Amino acid sequence: MAEALVIGKIGIDGAGTKPLPSDTTLERLNKNIVMENISRVYNIKHGRKNERFTAIENFNLEVRDGEFLSIVGPSGCGKSTLLDLLAGLSQPDTGSIFIDGKRVTGPALNRGFVMQGYALYPWRTVIKNIQFGLELQKMKKKERNRVALEYLGLVGLSGFENRYPYELSGGMKQRVAIARALAYDPKVLLMDEPFAAVDAQTRELLQEELLRIWEKTHKTVIFITHSIEEAVFLGQRVAVMTSSPGSIKEIIDVDLLVPRRSGDAKESLHFNRMVHKVWNLLHNYSGKEDKSLRHESAWGCRNIEKIG
Amino acid sequence: MTAKLKSLYTKSIAVVLFFVLWDSLARFGLVDTFLLPTVTSMAEAAWEMMKTGELFIHIALSLKRTGLGFLVAICVSVPLGILMGWFQKLEEYLDPLLQIFRNTSVLALFPVFILVFGLGEVSKSAIVFWGCMWPSLLNTISGVKGVDPLLIKSARSMGISVPILFQKVILPAALPEIMTGIRLSAGVAVIILVAAEMLGATRGLGYFIFYAQQKYAIPDMYAGIVTISILGVLINFLLVKLENHIAAWKRYQV
Repeated sequence: MAEALVIGKIGIDGAGTKPLPSDTTLERLNKNIVMENISRVYNIKHGRKNERFTAIENFNLEVRDGEFLSIVGPSGCGKSTLLDLLAGLSQPDTGSIFIDGKRVTGPALNRGFVMQGYALYPWRTVIKNIQFGLELQKMKKKERNRVALEYLGLVGLSGFENRYPYELSGGMKQRVAIARALAYDPKVLLMDEPFAAVDAQTRELLQEELLRIWEKTHKTVIFITHSIEEAVFLGQRVAVMTSSPGSIKEIIDVDLLVPRRSGDAKESLHFNRMVHKVWNLLHNYSGKEDKSLRHESAWGCRNIEKIG
Repeated sequence: MTAKLKSLYTKSIAVVLFFVLWDSLARFGLVDTFLLPTVTSMAEAAWEMMKTGELFIHIALSLKRTGLGFLVAICVSVPLGILMGWFQKLEEYLDPLLQIFRNTSVLALFPVFILVFGLGEVSKSAIVFWGCMWPSLLNTISGVKGVDPLLIKSARSMGISVPILFQKVILPAALPEIMTGIRLSAGVAVIILVAAEMLGATRGLGYFIFYAQQKYAIPDMYAGIVTISILGVLINFLLVKLENHIAAWKRYQV
């Protein structure tokens, strides 16, 4: 399968496919995030019956310090469960999660969470929203203001500090949400389809902004998305998940050879091949079918044109 | 300025016409002035009572009784509502009882309150308390239950403690609805008190209106009624102002 898919610079990260559980704490320390044999089972009530639903099973993942990892997967593959676990909002039934070698037991300010629905506090102004986490840290008011203004500038919203969320567009709200998550300086940024609710143009802009911010802040980013293009454009690696129960099918190294920030990256042949590859993985095409590049997939057609 | 005048005109024209109609019905003999005195004779009666201070004594006493019952009710219903809104199980157990209480006419219970608390001040404030409980309790519950789960999730992801979560997220988010409940309770308070004062009191606006009718001092009676209307409108106006101030952000929510 791998052979068939290797085109040009594309390669499958062999180690990433089935990350081995690390045995020692020392090994864990080299990785920012380590997830070992995670599973999460939910009890769902169907009338009187209790049904068990396995959202995630036998899930292993290692993420390097400062890495940008995109995760794609079919609907209901447990992507959101995965982020909840990483955030510490729910606990795995088996396995452990380590961040910087420390076991995750609950939510904390070393992880920032950015959601699709922004989740800004509507009674707070923009600057007060950004300060929320800093207030929890009991930072002094003057210092809070300084930090909040700094991050407001980072997301390109200087001058909007005294606006209320209802005065902002969707894209601006998401910028504020990102600033809020970054302001308390977490090691890891967890992003759950953050750009899914904004229009296409704003989305592209936000993607480029996010890359710029990531380069500047050196955060580890776990980015969940439905868009394969987005996953490939943003991620250094793209993890493809299988559904019910959710686990990692494959992790692909993305090598775009072009500075991502330029919009040209998306036009390159590499980019489209990468997108195509992820698409195939998601839709369960086997390598042999793939060889001809002649199935009905929209991506397939597009790629043929490009190659031709 | 013209816009302000226009808004004043829009808001007052119906009220002015109402009083003009009332006055002319009495003035031109279309209605017996014994049943409906002219607005001016009512105003005169009110003025007389203001000069002697009689009216203010009744107002003060009524406000005191209402205020006491109302404030105690808010102090009980809002915290209770927050608990019931947060602990779903508690609400499931208590809701049926709550529905029975709030659907039982408050005035039907007044004899019970007189029996238990006597004819004095306590029974009046107690019945106001009872009536004020339900609107604010129900609104508080629904306000807390209705807090956007995403806001809670976002705060929890930052490792917030439960008390701080209430202080910084649940309460501000539920406040507009809590305020609406408080305003509804205030309206109920005045209505209940007047009825209670009519049934058993020796002072207060309700008593005054009832007594004026008994001794055929009809202009006095109308003066008392209009006073109550003005008080009710004023209280509501102040609470609406407060509500709008506190919940300015809510008005713009889609």
